[in-house]
Amino acid sequence: MKEKNIILQANNIEKYFYDPVKFQVLRRLSFTSYQGEFLTLVGKSGSGKSTLLYCLSTMDTDYSGEIFIDGVKTNNLKSDQLANLRNHSIGFVFQFHYLLPEFSCLKNVMIPAMKLGKYNLKEIEERAYQKLEILGLKDQALKPASKLSGGQQQRVSIARALINDPKIIMCDEPTGNLDTKNTQIVFDIFKQLTQQGNQTIIAVTHDVDFAKRSDRTIELTDGEITATTKNFEVLL
Amino acid sequence: MKNTNLEIAFTHIITRKRQTLVAALGVLVGVGIYLFMNSLSAGFSDFSRDEIFKNSAHIKIFKDDQISVPFYQSKDKNELAIINNPQILAENKTLLNPSVLLKNVLNEPYITNAVMQVDFSAFYNKGTAQVKGTSNGVDILAYSDMYNTAKYMVAGSINDLPGNLNGIIIGSGIASKLSLGLNDNLVVSSSLGITKTMKIVGIFKTGSSTSDNQRSFVNIATAQQFLKQNPSYVSTVFANTPDPDKSKDFAKRLQQITAYKVEDWTVTNADLVAGDKTRSTMMGAISLSILLVASFGIYNILSATISQKINDIAILKAIGFTGGDVIKIFVVEALIMGIIGTIAGLIFGGILIFIMQNVYMGGPVGYFPITFEPQIFATSAVLGILITLCAGYFPAKKAANVDPVSIFRK
Ligand SMILES: Nc1ncnc2c1ncn2[C@@H]1O[C@H](COP(=O)(O)OP(=O)(O)OP(=O)(O)O)[C@@H](O)[C@H]1O
Ligand SMILES: [Mg+2]
Repeated sequence: MKEKNIILQANNIEKYFYDPVKFQVLRRLSFTSYQGEFLTLVGKSGSGKSTLLYCLSTMDTDYSGEIFIDGVKTNNLKSDQLANLRNHSIGFVFQFHYLLPEFSCLKNVMIPAMKLGKYNLKEIEERAYQKLEILGLKDQALKPASKLSGGQQQRVSIARALINDPKIIMCDEPTGNLDTKNTQIVFDIFKQLTQQGNQTIIAVTHDVDFAKRSDRTIELTDGEITATTKNFEVLL
Repeated sequence: MKNTNLEIAFTHIITRKRQTLVAALGVLVGVGIYLFMNSLSAGFSDFSRDEIFKNSAHIKIFKDDQISVPFYQSKDKNELAIINNPQILAENKTLLNPSVLLKNVLNEPYITNAVMQVDFSAFYNKGTAQVKGTSNGVDILAYSDMYNTAKYMVAGSINDLPGNLNGIIIGSGIASKLSLGLNDNLVVSSSLGITKTMKIVGIFKTGSSTSDNQRSFVNIATAQQFLKQNPSYVSTVFANTPDPDKSKDFAKRLQQITAYKVEDWTVTNADLVAGDKTRSTMMGAISLSILLVASFGIYNILSATISQKINDIAILKAIGFTGGDVIKIFVVEALIMGIIGTIAGLIFGGILIFIMQNVYMGGPVGYFPITFEPQIFATSAVLGILITLCAGYFPAKKAANVDPVSIFRK
């Protein structure tokens, strides 16, 4: 049995929107996520899944409560430190907005790694090709990102989220635009990352089947956790 | 990593060539006009200053008028000694021991030339025709070293004047008005009633009508006679320095060795200097405004780019670019536009200067006095880039503050 390493911890997250009326979107949300876990978030449209994910990703800091990522309390960090943390430790797959349109798919995947500066350009390029290959896009690598279909773009953005081998990969409906075959591919990649790479996936999804096959599913209703389902007892 | 920011900036520039060119064009016009107008102004200033130095020295030493003061000094607050309606002392304006003064002045290391001068108001007569003017009693050889008079001689030679107490060198305007030529006789009288018949040993033409129509040169001794003064009478010593721009400091140092009043040319020609300054300031202000307007082009285009690229900015921030990175990206873009525009603007301004150099103005001016001054090129380049930097910085700062979440929610 592997030990349960806590990679992300959320304590009493509360968030309000004030426009147009005061409205509580997240209500005393607390949960923990472990290293190597494939966690899915489900819930009705408008239940606050994306909002929660933005808070967890450190992009949104306008909430109360605490978030620890890999043991670091993010509430205390300055915006530049948060940016570095995102670059290092978090891969993000967006619900709608994907890529930088003027750059090739390859460059899009490479940019976070260039920013990180851990590898030289040649190594980064190799790694980027490798990630694109996993997602079945090697032949599209040099095309400008704007010339790809929605599903292809989404897969490129998944490749981009993987490039720095982040500890956590957060996805907002990563398979929303994908057909069954590609959904399966993405699912398998995620599964493999969690089991072999020991990376953590936190994915928002509407795909019931996708959620059921993940390790654990948290259900949100009106900003509250209403159910946590362990789908597998695997290793956790 | 910094290179990443640069690469992103270059990609934006390359994929938006048209906007880049439009922004650069704005800078081109601004920098070009700035360069051209300031070169115009500098060229003309140099020209008019050269005109000043054709006839006046960098430094003038003379005995200042003194206002009469009471002999009796007031002893305390309750007492006041005054002279009603005080006036300047009707003292002799001669410098004591002028030759010694001249020698002392010439001994100063920062003095290149110095001459003594005795001026008087002269009437040039031929028959009943009379021309009014000023005659300068000088050592013409030393004087010519200072003002290049020999260069302006159109007849005769300055070498014929020294020692010839009846000799005179006159301006070409006087010669033609009185239809006189070399070796002709000319009756000269002074306001003190002295009249002498002089022989014309030379005629000069400087191109300045006041000078050509009024001035003449005689020996110092001759001038002293016209003023009914003794042979030691000298009213003024003029001196030149290596650099007219520093003559103010030199004048201050010179003041230490003499009790007489030392005045530099900027004081003597205060009206000309002020006029010059006014013109330069005006040209500078106008051209700077044009440059500022041009920089708005960059500001606008960059602001537009940023609002169009707001998604990209949000993505960059999400994947770990800091606000500083975003600023760098867009400032670099502004800088590229600015550099392209500035280089093109310098070329454009250079072409305008070249064209202007070949415009003939006529008169004493000749071709338009405008030159390629490296310093103005440098200032234009620095200003062009500085202004684009500022114009780029503010939109870039706005971009840095973009909240990615609010963009992703849209
Ligand atoms: N900027 C905002 N201002 C006010 N209310 C907002 C704002 N953004 C989101 N909301 C509201 O907050 C709630 C949660 O939104 P959120 O986007 O998190 O939902 P979601 O669970 O991701 O939905 P979906 O499945 O459709 O993506 C919704 O009711 C939404 O209307
Ligand atoms: Mg959502």
